[in-house]
Amino acid sequence: MKILVAVKRVIDFNVKVRVKADRSGVETANVKMSMNPFDEIAVEEAVRLKEKGVAAEVIAVSMGPQSCQETIRTALALGADRGIHVNTDIELQPLAVAKLLASIIKREQPSLAILGKQAIDDDCNQTGQMLAGLLGWAQGTFISKLAIEGAEAEITREVDGGLEVLRLNLPAVLTTDLRLNEPRYATLPNIMKAKKKPIETLSPADLGVDASPRLSTLKVDEPPKRQGGKMVQSTAELVEKLRSEAKVI
Amino acid sequence: MGVLVLGEHDNNSLKPATLNTVTAACAISPDVTLLIAGSGCRAAAEAAAKIVGIARVLLADAAHLAHGLPENLAAVIAKLAPGFSHVLAPATTFGKNVTPRAAALLDTAQVSDVIAIESPDTFVRPIYAGNARATVKSAEAIKFLTVRATAFAAAAAVGGQAPIEVVGDTVDLGLTRFMRQELSKSERPELTAARIVISGGRGMQSGENFKLIEQLADKLGAAVGASRAAVDAGFVPNDYQVGQTGKIVAPDLYVAVGISGAIQHLAGMKDSKVIVAINKDGEAPIFQIADYGLVGDLFKALPEFIAELDKPR
Ligand SMILES: Cc1cc2nc3c(=O)[nH]c(=O)nc-3n(C[C@H](O)[C@H](O)[C@H](O)COP(=O)(O)OP(=O)(O)OC[C@H]3O[C@@H](n4cnc5c(N)ncnc54)[C@H](O)[C@@H]3O)c2cc1C
Ligand SMILES: Cc1cc2nc3c(=O)[nH]c(=O)nc-3n(C[C@H](O)[C@H](O)[C@H](O)COP(=O)(O)OP(=O)(O)OC[C@H]3O[C@@H](n4cnc5c(N)ncnc54)[C@H](O)[C@@H]3O)c2cc1C
Repeated sequence: MKILVAVKRVIDFNVKVRVKADRSGVETANVKMSMNPFDEIAVEEAVRLKEKGVAAEVIAVSMGPQSCQETIRTALALGADRGIHVNTDIELQPLAVAKLLASIIKREQPSLAILGKQAIDDDCNQTGQMLAGLLGWAQGTFISKLAIEGAEAEITREVDGGLEVLRLNLPAVLTTDLRLNEPRYATLPNIMKAKKKPIETLSPADLGVDASPRLSTLKVDEPPKRQGGKMVQSTAELVEKLRSEAKVI
Repeated sequence: MGVLVLGEHDNNSLKPATLNTVTAACAISPDVTLLIAGSGCRAAAEAAAKIVGIARVLLADAAHLAHGLPENLAAVIAKLAPGFSHVLAPATTFGKNVTPRAAALLDTAQVSDVIAIESPDTFVRPIYAGNARATVKSAEAIKFLTVRATAFAAAAAVGGQAPIEVVGDTVDLGLTRFMRQELSKSERPELTAARIVISGGRGMQSGENFKLIEQLADKLGAAVGASRAAVDAGFVPNDYQVGQTGKIVAPDLYVAVGISGAIQHLAGMKDSKVIVAINKDGEAPIFQIADYGLVGDLFKALPEFIAELDKPR
């Protein structure tokens, strides 16, 4: 079977983002970019299924400007077989990403699409669910375990109360949680090999999708700052302060 | 055109986040309908009918709606939604799972994790782990939102008496089967609704040592939380995780013990009213946002803290 993974290029999780002075967004110039950590987990899971002989091919898809090709190369170095880049400078929102993915899926006919549960920049946590809805497929979100058994996938989901186990008909859309696996590092030979793997470039028009945004951002600003930094010298002082100053216990 | 709220419940009672979502809905329109979907969930619908501010309750009760399976539930919402201007759900794992699917079925964008309602079409939401806030305007005919519970007060759970209407004709798509769930059982308050939260991090060193956190929590009637590092290390179950990718909490008092204060952790707790940090490293970033910081070894500080609470005042 084929597996499609979606990989988003985002500001690295270690970067402390800054809001632009004109409040139009956050500063992205000269900022380190990486693959969304949840998407590394998605690639890892797909590659493991290939190594186990469950999957025959892993296709990595990224959408956005030309620089997304680097993110696809990273996925190829981690073991994906080929890439698809939907090249666009439009601000892509989750519904548009889901429509573009759905269109690619109709051409490629994978049995599984694996996405991250959320992108750590916009934190929307929507794309996988929307994709499953558009395709009419089963969805397994926030998963921490996956087993493919014939025409079904058994998944464990991380939910607010604990864990939930479901069986999904294939084809299905899955979204990864942090504890699904620990992604490998790309080795130098694999990085070299990845340079020779094919990346197809498409436009939203090639895929017959109107990707224009539905939501407009009026402004981006900073949340109110906390005034922290006060220290206490002992637990006795702490308890006293919590009782008489903060009045929370 | 009123607002439809997707209620979260366990068939018998409502989950607390439902009440916060109702408050957000009332900020948009006085005409709020609450949908209770499930299997054998009439008791939850009756509880919903008592919430102050609800105009009517829709009850969709069918075997294939058990366990909130998103495929069948999204279809119900998508069928009802065209009668409303907005569809709101709590931004819990339940709401996050089903709402985007329902929105996509209607070719509609969703605004996730709303923390303020500026007007019926303009909403504020956190981005980049809460390091920035975006004010977003939606031109969609039906506006789908998930609502961050900690940003809205809870609506009064009793006092109303809304009529309950039954929604029939729901379908089983047969895409998914529920196998089992492993829910953490605890006598303590729920993490996201607790007035006090005591969280432990990697500094706790083991699950066994979390007993110290639990003792302190029980003294204060608090819930127990954790950092991702503590969950990944297996000290505590996944549903204890506080942060960007775990639960968002905003209690009156948050005590972070052996937690360094990574931005992903802060994203889940920095709206707490009072923050206490206990850490042996005086340079730990958690101290920058703590109202009261104590530099010291937690294995000494926690027993002292507990003993201090026991002293007669
Ligand atoms: C200039 C600019 C302005 C923006 N303004 C806004 C705004 O106002 N509102 C807003 O909501 N967003 C805005 N975005 C962000 C962009 O729209 C997001 O890519 C989109 O919202 C998706 O949200 P998400 O990644 O948080 O989705 P999620 O649903 O959190 O993403 C989940 C998963 O979907 C997949 N995925 C998502 N995007 C891609 C992609 N491009 N390629 C491949 N896979 C992908 C990944 O597997 C990811 O893990 C802006 C982006 C730019 C460049
Ligand atoms: C995509 C992504 C998502 C993430 N999501 C989350 C999330 O939702 N929630 C979350 O918490 N993290 C999240 N993280 C992880 C986050 O970046 C940090 O790695 C994590 O929060 C660190 O946990 P910690 O503070 O317990 O551990 P550490 O950073 O290792 O800190 C341990 C602290 O304990 C102190 N300590 C040790 N021993 C003692 C002692 N005896 N007495 C007192 N103090 C002691 C140390 O001084 C140190 O400050 C995420 C990361 C990524 C990449």
